[in-house]
Amino acid sequence: MKKAFPILALLTAVFLSYALYLALEVAPREQTMGDVQRIFYYHVPSAWTAFLLFFINFLASIQYLVRRTPSTDKVANWLLITVAVLSCVAAAIIGMVPSLKSALPADVRLSSIATTGPIIAGLYFLVRKLFSLEGVDALAITTAEVGVAFCTVVLVTGPLWARPVWGIWWTWDIRLTSTLVLWLIYVSYLVLRRFSSSGQTPVLAAALAVFGALDVPLVYFSIWIFRTQHPQPVIGGGGSIDPRMLHVLLINWLAFLCFAGLVCWSRYRLEMFKRQVEETQALEALLEPRSVPR
Amino acid sequence: MNFLYTAYAATWAIHIGYLVTVALRYRNLKREIDDMSQKDR
Repeated sequence: MKKAFPILALLTAVFLSYALYLALEVAPREQTMGDVQRIFYYHVPSAWTAFLLFFINFLASIQYLVRRTPSTDKVANWLLITVAVLSCVAAAIIGMVPSLKSALPADVRLSSIATTGPIIAGLYFLVRKLFSLEGVDALAITTAEVGVAFCTVVLVTGPLWARPVWGIWWTWDIRLTSTLVLWLIYVSYLVLRRFSSSGQTPVLAAALAVFGALDVPLVYFSIWIFRTQHPQPVIGGGGSIDPRMLHVLLINWLAFLCFAGLVCWSRYRLEMFKRQVEETQALEALLEPRSVPR
Repeated sequence: MNFLYTAYAATWAIHIGYLVTVALRYRNLKREIDDMSQKDR
């Protein structure tokens, strides 16, 4: 795996360069906004990547909390299986009852309802299978840190796009404010992890992360629910986008996902390495001969 | 165009800045390990 890293890093660099070329040269020029609209190809994939990382942080934090006791671990596993089954059953029932089907918002598809539960459960069990208890804690720190970097990109590129298009750098509307709150929550999570030396820090941080993750759906769905200055979603939500723009957007997202994966990999290794060193130092301190007071 | 290039440059400045902090932490950790192994000798 160690040898694979430089090769993957090189491939990701090439992929990112290709995505940048597509964003600057190949994607069509937007008629109203002009070239400044190309910020979209960095702004939106960064936001999606940040959301995904915060979601993984949420799963890792939940696992850190529940896996510490076998009984809660078992309950959580069954709960996830129930959620997966219920989402399929709910989709089947809605599909069979016309009155329920017509009550669904136009943007919500039955397939989305049916797959959301199994996808969440699948990711949960994947993380459970791949990481030990200490590993999920390290994964939570890793994803929070890299997620904050991506969320910072969103908060910086957003105003740079807003200034020429809206005429203002910032407005306190729900999408922008909830994104800022999300960033502040995860920054406070990192501050807590960095400066608290109590043995309870990982538990407190995990609890904070679980509540912090509740802001992610608020950020995402705020433009569907509330009237905001921010544009409507380009995928789903009644929005539309030129297929060539969509292609460039997805390529850029994939490139950023590869980049985020590599950064997470090195940050995770650093975290595990740091823990090993701290453990060795603690052992050495215990074994060190002490001067006996006379 | 200025806003576009500033946004792209800012994106990479943030990511590279973060990568530098990770690299520095690796270096500090390596120093700690070297110190520990010197003590053992």
